[in-house]
Amino acid sequence: MTVVLPPDGDLASSYDSHPQRMGFFTDTSICIGCKACEVACKEWNRVPEDGIAWLGSSYDNTGSLSANTWRHVAFIEQQVPALPSVGGDAGVRWLMSSDVCKHCTSAACLEVCPTGSLFRTEFSTVVVQPDICNGCGYCVSACPFGVIDRRESDGLAWKCTLCYDRLKDGQQPACAQACPTQSIQFGPLEELRARASARVDRLAEVGVDGARLYGHDKDDGVGGFGAFFLLLDEPEVYGLPPDPVTPTRDLPAMWKAAGRAAAVLVLTVASSFIGGRRARR
Amino acid sequence: MKERSLVGKAEFRSYYGRPILKAPVWRWFIPAYFFTGGLSGASATLALGAQVTGNRALRRTSRLVSLAAIAASAFFLVVDLGRPSRFHHMLRVARPTSPMSVGSWLLALFGPATGAAAVSEVTGVLPAVGDAAGVVAGVLGPAVATYTGVLVADSAIPAWHEARDHLPVLFAGGAAASAGGVALQFLAGDAAEPARRLAIAGAQVELGAKRGMERKLGPVGEPYHEGVAGTIGKAATQLTLAGAAALGFGRSRPRLARLGGVLVAAGAAAERFAVFHAGIQSAADPKYVVATQRERMAKGETVGRPS
Repeated sequence: MTVVLPPDGDLASSYDSHPQRMGFFTDTSICIGCKACEVACKEWNRVPEDGIAWLGSSYDNTGSLSANTWRHVAFIEQQVPALPSVGGDAGVRWLMSSDVCKHCTSAACLEVCPTGSLFRTEFSTVVVQPDICNGCGYCVSACPFGVIDRRESDGLAWKCTLCYDRLKDGQQPACAQACPTQSIQFGPLEELRARASARVDRLAEVGVDGARLYGHDKDDGVGGFGAFFLLLDEPEVYGLPPDPVTPTRDLPAMWKAAGRAAAVLVLTVASSFIGGRRARR
Repeated sequence: MKERSLVGKAEFRSYYGRPILKAPVWRWFIPAYFFTGGLSGASATLALGAQVTGNRALRRTSRLVSLAAIAASAFFLVVDLGRPSRFHHMLRVARPTSPMSVGSWLLALFGPATGAAAVSEVTGVLPAVGDAAGVVAGVLGPAVATYTGVLVADSAIPAWHEARDHLPVLFAGGAAASAGGVALQFLAGDAAEPARRLAIAGAQVELGAKRGMERKLGPVGEPYHEGVAGTIGKAATQLTLAGAAALGFGRSRPRLARLGGVLVAAGAAAERFAVFHAGIQSAADPKYVVATQRERMAKGETVGRPS
């Protein structure tokens, strides 16, 4: 048994030397909704089929990220005034976005994992070790994005590994390699952040309203994402939480509440042996 | 309390109304464990009180109840795992940021202690060791009964996480009520009196904590009043109220006191299921996530970003 504090994204405490922090920048303004990322991910990682159904939500028949979907392309159809700078049909705007595990700097799944199955790699990504996971399901309730889930067929938790195996061989993740528009960009996180800021500025220049970065801020509730996004509307429109916070941030206060409750219990028991006078007639 | 609609039916946007969060994968074994774990922990503390005050009948009963309840707890926890055969992986690491890891280690100490106290009680072997084990179990008992409140609160689910100040004391009250209520079933006369008083006090703590929690939660607490959670929650309150009343009049009416004990224990059990289902309902509707976070942002309480 070892006492293990889960490392956060800066890795200072976990590895003496390590490669740069790697991540994704998903620029949804150039996503064309081809779903090559979903397919490449499934094929490379041998992720099982997750039900074939018509969901009636535009071209999205996948629904959400899950144990068996590690890239998910969202399709949103909006009635808007024509935007000549972006093109497309007047009156309709189509938002497409490839969602993925955020590989949080302060990762709730990793922090609550009681077995040590979830771990922080040398690339600062967050990965499940399937031979360690015992399927307790705590990570599922802890993730503020609803990313990680338990697979019914084997009882284990699964999610995007940022293609850990490919990274170790100097390759880029399968989804980024397959993306035909470079909507999914892979690289050192610092480099991606700089590129993303420039991209937002550029979009503002050419008159695209509402372009914003989501998850690039190191001071947000999860310490910044390892996989962040450029969105064209509010996060909740894409099924993302607007202000995610890792629940363990409040852990000290929660243990204090438990301490108070334990004290109440002790006092309640103690008083049940003492307060006899009133009860006696 | 009158129900209020979420932020005055403010408009919130979502992706086809689909959940943002994943529903908890836990099955009914987990709320059942919250009940048996609380029962076991509080019974061990009740047994310690009896040990100190020389109430032998109550000590014996509470030690045995504690052992039976912790055995049931172990069963519930293991069968709920996706891979029950890997239950021992819980003790691979000790992770202070994981309430489940903390709880696993706690149970690894508490279980054998309360077991040793019960075995010594029944067999009469090594009574000094039994008493020492009884002290260990009695001291750890309150932690066993309350850490589960932190376990559910340390999640992304709004109905649980926003109730983080109240869940541990709600569970502590239910644990005390059920420990007293169950012990009463096997006792009579003066020996039973501390158990009866504990059941009443526990019920009061539980009801008070529930009221406080509902008030604090406001609109985010909606799931506690709706659907399955609402139905079970209402039943829980009624059972606990009726049980407390029966216990109150049961000072010299052992059969009434026993009925009261059954009712408050059932109320405590139902309350855990209500909390469990409220979490499932809370995760299913994206409005709770969006409204909680948008409200936080509007108040300038966003983490890290100065207002």
